[in-house]
Amino acid sequence: MNILVCIKRVPLTGGKISLTTDAQAIDTRLMGFTISPHEECAVEEAVRLVEKHGGAATVLTLGPVDAAEQLRDAMAIGIERAIHLESDGREFDPVATANAIVEAIRADGATFDLLLFGNEAADTGDFQVGVRVAYALGLPCMTGIKEISVNGNQVTAKREIPGGWEIFDAPLPAVITVKEGINLPRYPSLPGRLKAKKKPLATTQPAWQDGGLQKIKLLNPPEEAHQVEILGKGPEAAPRVVDLLAELGLL
Amino acid sequence: MILVYIEQDRGKVNEASFEALTLARQLAEMSNAPLHASAIGSASDALVARLGAFGVNTLHLAQHAQLNEYAPAAYAQSIVEILNAHKPDAAFAAGAERGNEIMAHVAAKTNLPMAANCVQAQTGEDYVVTRLRWGGSLLEEAKLKGATKLLTVAPNSIPAQAAAHAQTVAVDAFTPQLSENDLRARVVARVETASGKISLGEARVVVGGGRGVGSAEGFKILEELADLLGGAVGGSRVVTGLGWRPHADQIGQTGNRIQPELYISCGVSGAIQHMVGAKGAKHILAINTDPDASIMFKADYAVIGDLHQVVPAICAEIRKRRG
Repeated sequence: MNILVCIKRVPLTGGKISLTTDAQAIDTRLMGFTISPHEECAVEEAVRLVEKHGGAATVLTLGPVDAAEQLRDAMAIGIERAIHLESDGREFDPVATANAIVEAIRADGATFDLLLFGNEAADTGDFQVGVRVAYALGLPCMTGIKEISVNGNQVTAKREIPGGWEIFDAPLPAVITVKEGINLPRYPSLPGRLKAKKKPLATTQPAWQDGGLQKIKLLNPPEEAHQVEILGKGPEAAPRVVDLLAELGLL
Repeated sequence: MILVYIEQDRGKVNEASFEALTLARQLAEMSNAPLHASAIGSASDALVARLGAFGVNTLHLAQHAQLNEYAPAAYAQSIVEILNAHKPDAAFAAGAERGNEIMAHVAAKTNLPMAANCVQAQTGEDYVVTRLRWGGSLLEEAKLKGATKLLTVAPNSIPAQAAAHAQTVAVDAFTPQLSENDLRARVVARVETASGKISLGEARVVVGGGRGVGSAEGFKILEELADLLGGAVGGSRVVTGLGWRPHADQIGQTGNRIQPELYISCGVSGAIQHMVGAKGAKHILAINTDPDASIMFKADYAVIGDLHQVVPAICAEIRKRRG
């Protein structure tokens, strides 16, 4: 089967988020970058499905020049080729992102049996790009999926709900947005990384457009005044911890 | 008119819908617009009365045999028909799993922009919304356009509050025209997983471990402490990524949201990804060797020390006091 997996490059934020002085972005000067967590699992799932059913997988991203790094990471674990929709650094909103992806899929010409997305990007959390792409291509869509099994022209997908699972069924081709936990992504091997350098990566520059959700600025949530009470050092602090448990009525 | 989708699953209403309804009503009052609700299937008398108390004057009720089991596109089609017939200024849903999904389908069907997980909104020709990014670690102020503004409201951000004056609700039942395409992806079965264990989301005490735990075996002492307190054990994304705990135990943006009386975090650095999941904890006790770890800026109480010594000492002290 032929699979397309769409990913996003996001900063590794650590303990605190600092903004740029114009409040338009996160100050990433001292940060590393990664594939957004749900999409990292989408990449792994694509590789596993190809290992099981044959075919090939393609990875696509919309992002700055440096997002090529995340495409190479995906190819290092077994994706065959990459499509880079290179942005000029400006953020594309969900409508603009979906439009650019749909245009790229049409231009690419390949027919995909399955299109995988993350349920939502770690940074913008828009919850809609995969769904919009599905409608533009006339495909069924299932979101928030943690298990996929393909049987011929049908796909069964499981979504976790409180206390159990919902089981969805749809015909292929289809769009599925996945959640972390669907698998445990492998680490790229050194030979995998070397191979990835030689795999094909096509780059185009889609035009930025206003899709109707325009960022004005980013802001840190108001911080509550905060004081930590040190109960002690090492195991000698245990009696004070248990006093606290008693105070809170947890003993 | 402002429309709010009320999410219910087999008779059980998602409470987050009433939070969305509260924000929607604030906007409706500001712009002097009537407040309508929509739901799928049937509505109990209690639900209709509660909607009235929240200021709703009309409930649009979509009824169709094919809506008995969840099909996101079909549910969305029901809302699209209300949009087409009544042209609301805005349509709201809870920023829950289904609310976000259904509203994304509505947005894709109507080609309208949508803002997910809003915590504030101001009306106008364009709306100005404040919405969550990074699971709530960061906020975005954005302009939202569209003939009908589509928004979901982040759960637990706006307390549900009834209106000053209750309304009498007119119920408008209708049968949406569903196409074959609306029914391609649908729920065909449900599986219940009965585990005797107390869930992370419900536990009054959560003992969480991070990289500092060191190994899967290292969690034994955390399990022991949780057992003594009738609590549950969780871990950071590092821990589930390393395979020390199953993903189902993850606390964080891509895992569980916890809301215990006390969260005891052991060897957790306190990355924002993790803290988003622990935000609902009433108190946080951090056990960490590093007094400068990020977790110290979020914790209420701390023990500076090695969890491998501190946690067993706490267990021993609990046993001693209980005799």
